[in-house]
Amino acid sequence: MMLKIENLHAGIDGKEILKGINLEVNAGEVHAIMGPNGSGKSTMSNVLVGHPSYQVTEGKVTFNGKDLLAMSAEERSHQGLFMSFQYPVEIPGVSMTNFIRTAINEKRKALGQQPLAPTEFLKLIKEKRDLVKLDAKFMNRSVNEGFSGGEKKRNEIFQMAMLEPSLSILDETDSGLDIDALRIVADGVNRLKSADTSVIVITHYQRLLDYIKPDVVHVLYQGRIIRTAGPELALELEQRGYDWVIKEFEDSMK
Amino acid sequence: MKPEQNYIEIFNRNRALIDQGSAGVLNDLREKALDCLIRNGLPNKGIEEYLHTDVAGWFEPDWGLNLGRLDMHVDFARAFRCNVPNLSTLLYFLANDEYACSETASKASLPDGVYVGSLREAAKSRPQILEPYYGRLADMDRPGIAAINTMFVQDGLVVYVPDSVIIEKPLQLVMLLNSPVGLMTNRRILVVLGRGAQLKLLLCDHALTANRFLTTQIIEVFAGADSRFELYDLEETHNANLRISECYISQEAGSQAEIDYVTLHNGQTRNSIFSTLAGNGSRLSLNGIATLDREQHLDNMTFVDHRVSDCTSNELFKYVLDDSASGAFAGKVLVRHGAQHTESQQTNRNICLTRQARMFTQPQLEIYADDVKCSHGATVGQLDEKAMFYMRQRGIPEKEARMMLMQAFVGEVIGHVALEPLRDRLNRLVEKRFRGELSQCEGCRVCRE
Repeated sequence: MMLKIENLHAGIDGKEILKGINLEVNAGEVHAIMGPNGSGKSTMSNVLVGHPSYQVTEGKVTFNGKDLLAMSAEERSHQGLFMSFQYPVEIPGVSMTNFIRTAINEKRKALGQQPLAPTEFLKLIKEKRDLVKLDAKFMNRSVNEGFSGGEKKRNEIFQMAMLEPSLSILDETDSGLDIDALRIVADGVNRLKSADTSVIVITHYQRLLDYIKPDVVHVLYQGRIIRTAGPELALELEQRGYDWVIKEFEDSMK
Repeated sequence: MKPEQNYIEIFNRNRALIDQGSAGVLNDLREKALDCLIRNGLPNKGIEEYLHTDVAGWFEPDWGLNLGRLDMHVDFARAFRCNVPNLSTLLYFLANDEYACSETASKASLPDGVYVGSLREAAKSRPQILEPYYGRLADMDRPGIAAINTMFVQDGLVVYVPDSVIIEKPLQLVMLLNSPVGLMTNRRILVVLGRGAQLKLLLCDHALTANRFLTTQIIEVFAGADSRFELYDLEETHNANLRISECYISQEAGSQAEIDYVTLHNGQTRNSIFSTLAGNGSRLSLNGIATLDREQHLDNMTFVDHRVSDCTSNELFKYVLDDSASGAFAGKVLVRHGAQHTESQQTNRNICLTRQARMFTQPQLEIYADDVKCSHGATVGQLDEKAMFYMRQRGIPEKEARMMLMQAFVGEVIGHVALEPLRDRLNRLVEKRFRGELSQCEGCRVCRE
């Protein structure tokens, strides 16, 4: 099993947001986590990648057999965890090339590998840029600075392709994307999929799931997963909204 | 007793000795300088311009002064190795305040009429070069150290470039402080550029021995019409070093000047830069970088005087402060009545890496013309936490991410440096500085202990 979350409680500024999450993701699977605003979707992704502002108060997360919560954010990355940010950050003065080269070589260093030779690195960049149709000119620019919304999201998938993570969390990757950009991003994700890699798609809408087909769909509500089913659940949510799931959950709690 | 009293007495007791080690116009101004010091004293924190830096207090210890011109031996070959290599320059030295010329520079043939040499020598042999300019810009009546410097100065560097002469190769003046005991040094640089002349001057300030130094430095620059001038002042001294520098530049019509102050490593420093845009259409780019840690202190004060119309000034100063370092920036821009179509921009951005680091910033604009474009901005903040986390998520360790963000922050200023090899060199020096690897100088051993 790639990821196992057991009874995860976490929050920010002393306020509990996740109230006992249980989730298992196997290699090769695509999971969608859906839910209304404020249900804890972004908290969950931030906690998994080790954002320092969030505190875990209870529970356990195992990633490829290792205790994920004991690792720093960078160690989690080295172990193969990636998050595509809902709002990719602009870093003035740090070029894309420098940024991605440092990221790759730090990972290689952590895994006891030699730094990538410059020619290999350039070849890899070219190959991965093509995957998300990101123009070469972006490589000399500062990270995300002056990128459009769509370019920023394509850049996230480009970085994902460069870093070759085993588990990728796509946090609201569809937000702010037009249909063409959405297709390019989804296409990139699909081409990176293999029997050894898994994806968690966090999304408010069904739209992205038309392009990235989930194996399992979860509904997150008030910090708990209240329903888990196959891909048909996403379609049903699209048609009927969240109220009926919430009602059924609340009825079952009575 | 006021701190200046000691120096007034030393001066009166040693007047003959001081004059003997010097000549001409240098000696002629001393009496006036003495009057100014008696009248105004040394600048203390009671004066607003010196609120954050107690310069007068720096003079309180009984500093040694080398008035008898004792030879303070400096091994230039060794010193050069630890300075700025990879940059092809004409190399000159000031060992404390004693001028020396490198072998290559002495062999280099400079264009006709150019004078690059000792201030003392010039006072003797080239009074016609010195007299119209020496002491004409440095204002001994405003709070500062121009008066005390003028009283005691015995040597320094003079660069005279006649009309239309272009010196392609940068001149590099390596200033080495070297003494077995605490020493006060008063040094002076005079630059005169004729109409259409061009010059690049790089100053490297180093301390070779571990003891305390107090340096007063006066730079006067006359930039003739349509001249181009670049001045780089790079300080890499140690924690026990005290430095007060005043730079005065006057620009005639159509001239362009770039002045960059880089404080990579220091003890306590006060730099004042007074720029007068005296001729129409003159342009000034004035920049500063400071990387401070421990108890280091840097106070930069700039005063840009837009006297006439159609001039441009751009200022960008950036500080990174770590540990208990403190910094100050005061930037005054004066746009005088009639100085229409002035374009002036002043920016000061600062990062405090710890809660103990302190930064004081004070932009001051005084505008008496109505058709002008003037702006200013000042910020004090921390490294961008969002960027930091983004980088860590991509596997860049926190320490490395901090480094990259700091480097990017000052990189904006380095990008303004016109002299390309220096730009590359500065990027490397700043990185080394942030990694704590600066530098190879013996003086820097002091700071590690």
